[in-house]
Amino acid sequence: MAHLSPTPALEPGQDRTMILNMGPHHPSTHGVLRLILEIDGENIVRIMPDIGYLHTGIEKTCEAKFYQQVVPLTDRIDYLCPLTNNLCYVLAVEKLLGLEIPPKAQWMRVMLNELTRINSHLVWLGTHALDIGAMTVFLYCFREREDILRLFEMVSGQRMMTSYFRIGGLALEPPLGFSEKVRDFAKRFPSKVDEYENLLTGNPIWGMRTKGVARITAEDAIALGASGPTLRGSGVDFDLRRDMPYSSYDKFKFKVPVSQDGDVFARYACRVAEMRESIAIVQQAVDGMPEGAIKAVAPKVVLPDREMMKTQMEALIYHFKIITEGFAVPAGEVYQAVESPRGEMGYYVVSDGTAKPYRVHMRAACLANLQALPSMCQGRLLADVVAAIGSIDIVLGEIDR
Amino acid sequence: MALEPAITDLEQLKSHPAIAKLIAWNPAAVQAAKFDRDEISIYIERSLIRDACELLRDEADCPFNYLADVTCVDWFPSEPRFEVIYHLLSITKKERVRLKVRLDGSSPALDSVTPVWPGANYFEREVYDLFGVRFAGHPYLRRLLMPEDWEGYPLRKDYPVEGYR
Repeated sequence: MAHLSPTPALEPGQDRTMILNMGPHHPSTHGVLRLILEIDGENIVRIMPDIGYLHTGIEKTCEAKFYQQVVPLTDRIDYLCPLTNNLCYVLAVEKLLGLEIPPKAQWMRVMLNELTRINSHLVWLGTHALDIGAMTVFLYCFREREDILRLFEMVSGQRMMTSYFRIGGLALEPPLGFSEKVRDFAKRFPSKVDEYENLLTGNPIWGMRTKGVARITAEDAIALGASGPTLRGSGVDFDLRRDMPYSSYDKFKFKVPVSQDGDVFARYACRVAEMRESIAIVQQAVDGMPEGAIKAVAPKVVLPDREMMKTQMEALIYHFKIITEGFAVPAGEVYQAVESPRGEMGYYVVSDGTAKPYRVHMRAACLANLQALPSMCQGRLLADVVAAIGSIDIVLGEIDR
Repeated sequence: MALEPAITDLEQLKSHPAIAKLIAWNPAAVQAAKFDRDEISIYIERSLIRDACELLRDEADCPFNYLADVTCVDWFPSEPRFEVIYHLLSITKKERVRLKVRLDGSSPALDSVTPVWPGANYFEREVYDLFGVRFAGHPYLRRLLMPEDWEGYPLRKDYPVEGYR
């Protein structure tokens, strides 16, 4: 475990080595990640990530907002999977309130979450392949991503910052023709995954850039707090959707892909297999979508329908109260974790009994995964760093918050 | 799904495996416990947190081998002011437990758990950066998210939301 000891401050040491600064404005760091590298020729001696360039203080901002006003902020943390952030936050607050969510809302949440996972994996696959020199995949991936963004726009009015999940249910009834569009996409998508795999999986250049590169063992991955495909790529069979189900994931049948090698290729194989499983979940959700309400029965928490506000005095009063005063949440604390495309995303929400959260903390999967980068890259070539960064799929918005 | 009242009586919670293990090891380690909304919280004596984490990690029946998160809550102006919170997960048993350490506001400090989980490194740096809680034995306790020369600790409750202007 000696190599796991955190890297001390880098200062030019012996004559052989030099310090190289990579980022924060580097196309393959997926945002504003800065890496300080000590290199001996082409070999990495030490590597130290420097983060915080995208810190916006979202946790502090949350403390000044009503509970329902925090939902749009959560979109902006991990901007590649806004709906997963929405889900994790609303589940935490619903647990604080003790709300029961109707089945249709839960199934819609599962379906949209899996579409989000595919969307995020497509961006990852495209940019990761682009980083290591396979240009075409990027164009193919963004073609399908566009279809998913259109679905998000159809259901929520927004392509990226959806804020579609609300405390107590969904914002709106999904529009007419939505399930046909989803069904159509679910039918087309598996053949597209075959296309990506045709371009990469058997490709000898791709294999040479990824197989045996940036290895991490299962013990190290657990000790460093890695999660998601970074953990499963090292052979740890753990997925929160299956092992600690939330939002009725226990009613869906799916496999959890695991690879044993712990290298860049293993993490690639995990994510590609996950896309296939996700589209199967979407298919199940759209086929078995229950009928009924999309909002919980809790007039003091959930905004009333517009139609009711025009005819019922009570509904108008509740609407006014929720907007102007928010709603009080019983004192207590909750840690809710969901399986985001990158790993364990957790929201720790503390309530002091008022209408504003006392503390909201986001457990960022990428922050922990990034800690695994130095031990992955030590002693390897400079070019492998780019492959390693791509393989842990970081989003700096989530790391810095 | 109405809310059940929280259980705060330590006697009732003694059967929980993590609490039983900790009490069997050192009765002074567990100050209090709470079971609320299906989540268990254990208040640990400040000086024993590192050993308590190591004990729970290496437990044979239900090893809490994964440190999911470290964070902090500021209860300003009441004392003890800070609560440092550890979320532990057992990958094999699929269970969670929350450890808490209460700290005074004057010079908040406690032992780092980086020797137990190297992954605590960034989490503790973040808590130091945003709350000013010091972790003794941390290998590289520098600001993580804020600039190096930043003054003050932004997530403390006496720090204004808009910052000092």
